[in-house]
Amino acid sequence: MTRRLRMIVLALGGAGLAALFVAACFGMPGFGGDRHPYGDRAVHASLARRTANTISSVNFDQRAFDTLGEMSILFTSVLGTVVLLRQTRDEKRGRPQPQEVALPVRRYALVVLPVALVSGLYVIAHGQLSPGGGFQGGVVAATALHLLYLGADYRALERIRPIGVFEVGDALSASAYLVTGLAGVLAGTAFLANTLLPYGTFNTLSSGGTVPLLNAAIGMEVACAIVILLARFLDQAVEIEEDNGKR
Amino acid sequence: MTVLPYLVAVWIFLTGCYGLATSRNLIHAVGCLAVCQSATYVLLLAVGYRAGATAPVYSDIKPGSRPVVDPVVQALTLTDIVVGATVTALLLSLVMQISKRHGTVDPDELRELRG
Amino acid sequence: MNHLLPLLVAAPLLGAGLLIACGRRLPRVAAESFGCAVSAGTAALAIWLCLNSSPPLTEWVGAWTPRNGTSVGIVLVGDGPGLGMSALASLLTLASLAYSWHYFDEPPRRHAGSYPALMLLFQGGMCGFAITGDLFNAFVFFELMSAAAYALTGYRVEEAKAVQGALAFGVINSLGAYAMLMGIALLYARTGELALTHIGRGLDTHGGPDALTLAAFVLVLTGLLVKAAAVPFHFWLPDAHAVAPTPVCMLLSGVMVEFGVYGVWRVYGTVFSGPGGIPAADLERALTVLGILTGAVGALMCWYQRHVKRLLACSTIAHVGLFLVGVGSLLPEADDGVALYLLGHAGVKAALFACTGLLLDRFGSVDEHALHGRGRPLRGVAVMFVLGGLALAGMPPFGISLGKAVTEEALGGPLTVVYVLVSAVTGGAVLRVAARVFYGLGPQPRVGSACETTGAGEEPETRHRLSRIPDTMRAVPALLLAGSLAVGVVPGFARIVARSVNEAGSGGALTSAHWTAAGVLLGLVSTALALALAALAVTRPELLGARPWTLPLRRLQSGHIGDYVAWVLLGTTLLGALALPGILTG
Repeated sequence: MTRRLRMIVLALGGAGLAALFVAACFGMPGFGGDRHPYGDRAVHASLARRTANTISSVNFDQRAFDTLGEMSILFTSVLGTVVLLRQTRDEKRGRPQPQEVALPVRRYALVVLPVALVSGLYVIAHGQLSPGGGFQGGVVAATALHLLYLGADYRALERIRPIGVFEVGDALSASAYLVTGLAGVLAGTAFLANTLLPYGTFNTLSSGGTVPLLNAAIGMEVACAIVILLARFLDQAVEIEEDNGKR
Repeated sequence: MTVLPYLVAVWIFLTGCYGLATSRNLIHAVGCLAVCQSATYVLLLAVGYRAGATAPVYSDIKPGSRPVVDPVVQALTLTDIVVGATVTALLLSLVMQISKRHGTVDPDELRELRG
Repeated sequence: MNHLLPLLVAAPLLGAGLLIACGRRLPRVAAESFGCAVSAGTAALAIWLCLNSSPPLTEWVGAWTPRNGTSVGIVLVGDGPGLGMSALASLLTLASLAYSWHYFDEPPRRHAGSYPALMLLFQGGMCGFAITGDLFNAFVFFELMSAAAYALTGYRVEEAKAVQGALAFGVINSLGAYAMLMGIALLYARTGELALTHIGRGLDTHGGPDALTLAAFVLVLTGLLVKAAAVPFHFWLPDAHAVAPTPVCMLLSGVMVEFGVYGVWRVYGTVFSGPGGIPAADLERALTVLGILTGAVGALMCWYQRHVKRLLACSTIAHVGLFLVGVGSLLPEADDGVALYLLGHAGVKAALFACTGLLLDRFGSVDEHALHGRGRPLRGVAVMFVLGGLALAGMPPFGISLGKAVTEEALGGPLTVVYVLVSAVTGGAVLRVAARVFYGLGPQPRVGSACETTGAGEEPETRHRLSRIPDTMRAVPALLLAGSLAVGVVPGFARIVARSVNEAGSGGALTSAHWTAAGVLLGLVSTALALALAALAVTRPELLGARPWTLPLRRLQSGHIGDYVAWVLLGTTLLGALALPGILTG
């Protein structure tokens, strides 16, 4: 198809879709409206189960099945990336050479690394109380480790993240989420039912029943998954070479 | 203008589509796909907004003291972000392999699959 | 028993998790056997639940059973069609895993579990999509099956074609999914609900359909029709199916694409069929037009392919067109027919892909011209390929034929002609390949065109070229064909399918599905036509060879992501235009 023909098709399709969308926008309830039936029910249900962060309650209790799917997508993507970015038959591994790092960068990275790591863990642990949770904290914790790559070099990073361990951690935490869900079936209530543990005291770390457990499983899964994802891409950039020595 | 936020979402979606269709670099195309997806975040969050409301987190406000925005769309958006980020990673790893096998990331120069 | 519904999703996902957790230590045989066992267990569960699905099971995940008619949880619906689709998806996953058992090219080093784990995740995604009764949850599982499918399609990263096809697949399907999510957001804005039936009720209480309903309908259907590969959303399919590893093709063509059709049926029936939704006449117009277009384009593209996997992929497009026409009629009898057709098609199409995979692994080529006469030693495969072609053409007593007969009888009139012609052309193309490749009939074709994908020079998927075909790889297509035959001949099976489809879909209108004289006759007519077409093509290649007027159509299949995106947008507009009249008058 020529570029011209493509632009014609695109213009026709885009114009039609735009017209449809704009017409729909004028049929929407006004921005900032007061009618949110599902949202109101979700807030009630969250408070009844003593989860201060209603979004966590939606994610890990009321619609925990969505989160199961979401976690599985993350797991699939990590597995897919491991398969797609594997070392093929015509490639070999080279050893990355250490590079000079400017001293201020090195100092900054090494000082910030523990702070970032602890922040990540804090965000995971307080998922049921304050904004954040397993997904957000997991990403922060995982990227914190990579400050070592900026501050020192690739080999230092490789020493603190044995990929095999992280892969097992990823799979085990995904399984832990499922096993917590299955416990509900075994107890005779329902899959992913938050009825097994006491709901605790509102606004404390141990409130919300199974919400903190699922949250922690997700936090660990996300942290491991991000580490593996980044490792696969970094491997391609730093280590894997074509057989004729070209990078 | 009570429809402006919705129109912004539509604008972002169509911009992303335009970028995808006219892209000359596959990495850029995957980025455009992420733009299309951001439209869904904007639309979802706009749908859940309540005038004068705050975040639906009760660690520092008393339940019932203030209106809160719809927590469901926020949870949906979080799910959506994770889905988008991971699929983007998957697509980027495919682009990486395309650049190795075809020696280019320009969609106009990929000639393997036709007819 | 309804507590067991979520296990259909949880079991394969947990299996995948355990495979990866232990994958570094497991030998390959153990990993693959474990994968087979998990998918077989899930299939058994799905079948057992399916047999007990009258009245339909419902399960609120997390025990969020509604109080005063409302709930904050996610509902799973275990009715006949949903559980039937999960059973089909699970059985096909099992078949693909068995087909690739031990012989499939070696997995990445120290990741023996990754291939079966991806297959299990794919299975989990499909089962989740089949049984969910919540629109956003459907989107999540839709994305799960897509993500697994992208990774599996690009599995052979050393092949230039594979990575290109997988990227086109990924980009177009993701765009479709995001369009669907925009539609979900619009529906949430209108109704404030996410469960399918609650959205439907919310639309009805709001009053007649308006621009927002139309936009939501078009956007949600765009996502599903991209997956179903309806014209003009279909361009990704030949590219992806031609390059994916054969066992993955079996799943993609056999059941994943059909999930798009299933989604359309489910979403229209529960969300848009009320007075506040899209009027029936509009849906009928939209799906009939798109379906006929899809059937015609698919059949034409199928006939002119020489890359055997691409040919089969295009035939899937053609048959999806027929499914859409059947679903679009909204007649309970047509629903029964489509369900039987879909079951029969899954077995036959997967078997044909499996046979093509054998050619690839044996000869390192899937090119009809290059393989001319070389398939002679593979007598058993030849018989299966011919049977597959005949079944695809609609020969009784295969399941496809029964399904088609039932649908044709419900539709009547000119649509029957479409059914007969499309199945004759696609069946004829397969028979032509069989005649040339396995029996060496006719002269070796020499003409080639500049804009086509040949199937020559492909790498076998096994470690080395096969010198003899392993028994598992031979048994799988045979069993699949037998299954497809069983759909047509097992007494009472059609009745059970019809009952469970009607119970779930058409408000309790009970119909029965059985063979009739007219149906058998139509099946024989299309089979005879297919045989005639194949005979003509083999003996007089120039007569039915490439025509200049088909060239523009084939040029559209350019492999260019930008083109495909433009067509998706045009398709969305077309869908909107087709569904518009009822909104304007209503």
